[in-house]
Amino acid sequence: MLSFEKLHKSFGKLHVLQGLDLEISEGGVFAILGPNGSGKTTLIKSVLGMVIPTSGKILLDGENVIGKWEYRENISYLPQIANFPANMSVKELIESVKGLRQKKSNEHDLIALFELEPFLDKKLSNLSGGTKQKVNIVLTFMFECPLIILDEPTTGLDPLSLVKLKRIIADAKDAGKTILVTTHIMSLVEEIADEIVFLLDGVIYFQGSLAEIEEQTEQSSLELAIASILEKEKA
Amino acid sequence: MKHALAGFFFLAFVFFAPTIFASPTRVCQTCKKRTIGEAIRQAQPGDEILIAKGVYYEKGLIIDKALTLRGEEGAVIDGSGKGDKTILRVEANKVTIENIIFRNVTKNHVKDLAALKVHKARNFEILNSTFENVFFGIMIEKSKKGRIEGNRVSSKAISQGNSGNGIHVWHSSKIDIRKNEVWGVRDGIYLEFVKKSKIIDNKSHHNLRYGLHFMFSNHDEYIGNEFYKNGAGVAVMFSKFILMRKNYFHDNWGSASYGLLLKEIYDADIEYNVFERNTIAINTEGSTRINARNNRFLANGWALKVAGACYKNIYTKNDFIRNSFDLSYNSKLNDNLFLGNYWGSYTGYDLDRDGVGDVDHRPVKLFSYIVNKTPESIVLLRSLFVDIINFSEKVSPVFTPDEIVDSKPAMRENNAKL
Amino acid sequence: MIRILKFSFADLARSRWSYIYFAFYLVLGFTLLFLNESLGKAIVTLINVIIVLTPLIGTMFGTMYYYNSKEFTELLLAQPVKRSTIFLGQYLGLSLSLSGSLVVGLGIPFFVYGITKSGEIWDFGLLLVAGFFLTFIFVALSFNIALSNENRIKGFGYSILMWLFLAVIYDGLFLLSLMVFNDYPLDKASLFATVLNPIDLARILVLLKLDISALLGYTGAVFRKFFGTQLGLVTSFTILILWVVLPVLRIVRKAKKKDF
Repeated sequence: MLSFEKLHKSFGKLHVLQGLDLEISEGGVFAILGPNGSGKTTLIKSVLGMVIPTSGKILLDGENVIGKWEYRENISYLPQIANFPANMSVKELIESVKGLRQKKSNEHDLIALFELEPFLDKKLSNLSGGTKQKVNIVLTFMFECPLIILDEPTTGLDPLSLVKLKRIIADAKDAGKTILVTTHIMSLVEEIADEIVFLLDGVIYFQGSLAEIEEQTEQSSLELAIASILEKEKA
Repeated sequence: MKHALAGFFFLAFVFFAPTIFASPTRVCQTCKKRTIGEAIRQAQPGDEILIAKGVYYEKGLIIDKALTLRGEEGAVIDGSGKGDKTILRVEANKVTIENIIFRNVTKNHVKDLAALKVHKARNFEILNSTFENVFFGIMIEKSKKGRIEGNRVSSKAISQGNSGNGIHVWHSSKIDIRKNEVWGVRDGIYLEFVKKSKIIDNKSHHNLRYGLHFMFSNHDEYIGNEFYKNGAGVAVMFSKFILMRKNYFHDNWGSASYGLLLKEIYDADIEYNVFERNTIAINTEGSTRINARNNRFLANGWALKVAGACYKNIYTKNDFIRNSFDLSYNSKLNDNLFLGNYWGSYTGYDLDRDGVGDVDHRPVKLFSYIVNKTPESIVLLRSLFVDIINFSEKVSPVFTPDEIVDSKPAMRENNAKL
Repeated sequence: MIRILKFSFADLARSRWSYIYFAFYLVLGFTLLFLNESLGKAIVTLINVIIVLTPLIGTMFGTMYYYNSKEFTELLLAQPVKRSTIFLGQYLGLSLSLSGSLVVGLGIPFFVYGITKSGEIWDFGLLLVAGFFLTFIFVALSFNIALSNENRIKGFGYSILMWLFLAVIYDGLFLLSLMVFNDYPLDKASLFATVLNPIDLARILVLLKLDISALLGYTGAVFRKFFGTQLGLVTSFTILILWVVLPVLRIVRKAKKKDF
């Protein structure tokens, strides 16, 4: 459903994506992994149109989306740092984002799930980091979108909320949606990911299932597998 | 017998009344006298000629005896016919001209043709008449004790060389010019070698050059007049002892335009006048012993602009409000005194509450000095940079002279009622 | 676009700074009128405030707002909304709320003191129009600077420098060069230099009404034509509009290419 063809992106002299080719099939959870600076966030932001690629193509359902904006109707995005207009209340923020999409939304269930009711009338600047992240999650999952992109979704979440988040992700997967996740929490990847995409120096170093990566690196866990890849590269 | 005598007197009265009481001779198309010239020629001194409604194409008329020439409503004397002549010329004493419309005077560059010319006459009166499309309107020469009141003089002057003055007085004295309105000529009212005369409650506007122009005239006064939108307002030149009071000078705009121009004059009093929205309210060149008090300067480009040597001039109790520049000079101001004026731009305080500012006011801004040298810099008026340099100059004067200072600036307007 | 505009507007309407700005003008208006006793004099004092302060406030708020709402902008960028819409919406939201504070904040005291029934209504109106334009221009310029500078300290620095340059230094250099080249006819050059600086241009617009008698004191024919006829008014307005449109176009162009 989503594919990248010879994607290049430079920030000044820094060549972050170096002709990246990637195919993401429909349905399932895809974990995008890689060391710091490998281009994960750049890749994700390219899909969202926040970063404009230097060259190459991004095809969503066969259509190049670079420079367009309507396609974002079908993408939900959870940004890494949730920072909202300080003077708005939670309720107003949710209403505003709804106003932008004009699409059916189920924020009530999500608000109930994360027990956000007491915070609805509070100003966003007064919320704790974890609560902000919950609001962030509500904003992401309240719309029905075939493609969901999560950038470090677990930041600041307590264990209970983490469990709830995993359930939501699982539900979305069962509903046949495509989910892209970046995270540094390997246990989360092991738990939810169907396929792993490993980025290194701006190209795809590896793409396959958890079992395949462990087998290829002859390691017993994902964490060790990744470590061994990085060791090998250094050497 | 008694009755017979009474009857005789009655008859005598009936027959001789016309000559005894000089009942007016009427001029009209169907009257015995059809032209004004004929009526004048045949009139006796002291007669009155009444001109009926209608247009009389006559010019070169001369009144050489004491007469009253009065027009009925709509009596017009039109000078548009052939020949370069003044329409009417008065050369006798005690002549009255009233309620006549003079129209169309031929322009001539050699002869100063006027609608009405008074020459070497005394005790004349020119009243409530209208002068339209004139070259010169009313011209008084070498005359005394005249009254010019309630007239309207106008033309469509386009260039100075090709136009004359509205009311032009030369070598005369004790002339009373009152309640006239003059527009569209070169100088509205022009006085040259005129003494002891009064110019009161006139309106002079839209004239090419000056609204009122004094040359070599002494001991005159002008009071309660209004001058606006003239090429250059009022000019008083080479004159002495002129009193200027309660006049309203406004909206005289242009690069050489003033409310009032004073040039080489001595001993003048300027009081209770209002100067509003003129490019320069008072422009003074080489004048001495001028007393300017209780005048109001409102929203002018320059309130006072001083050039040439000016000695012993006193400016007291004037109000300077919202002028782009209150004072500008390009020479030394000698013995000039500024005292007790109200300066809108004054930034001092009055701690003892006696109505007098506790700090001296320096009315000359550095920027006005700069504009004098570099006129284009006027476009920077009211910019922050200019405010900053003005302020620093105020704090430590370098360019502006120390002696120009008002040591008793008023905290309130002196003449708010004007 | 309207939605984004409503967004920023609602956000700003709740911001303390908008109220402080509004209250500032309110207090300023009443104070000036109280001290000066006459509308005309208060307006003259107000010229300096408007000419200097609205650009400064526009610059500061513009830069601050851009940097402060950066994360939220990113959230918006992931939504199905056109980029230019986001930035134009934010720009308009900020400019309108600032100029609204100006117009209402000064309007109330002047209205109370009877401006609508006085002859100065046009002077006052023109002053507000000048302030309105300056706000729009300087918010646009500061957005441009902020868009080109990721580092907010740098962005702030450049913005303040820009203000300082246009509000003070430019006029200083301008005056200096007029004095140096005194021997040449400078009327065209000085008009040209005026037009190149939006603060000067807005100032001229106000002078056209308030100091026309002084402006007409200069003999140059070009000056006379510019200030003596409608030409000055029309030209000033046209160029002020350009001063808004061109930076806004650059915002759109820059925003299209920028990575977040």
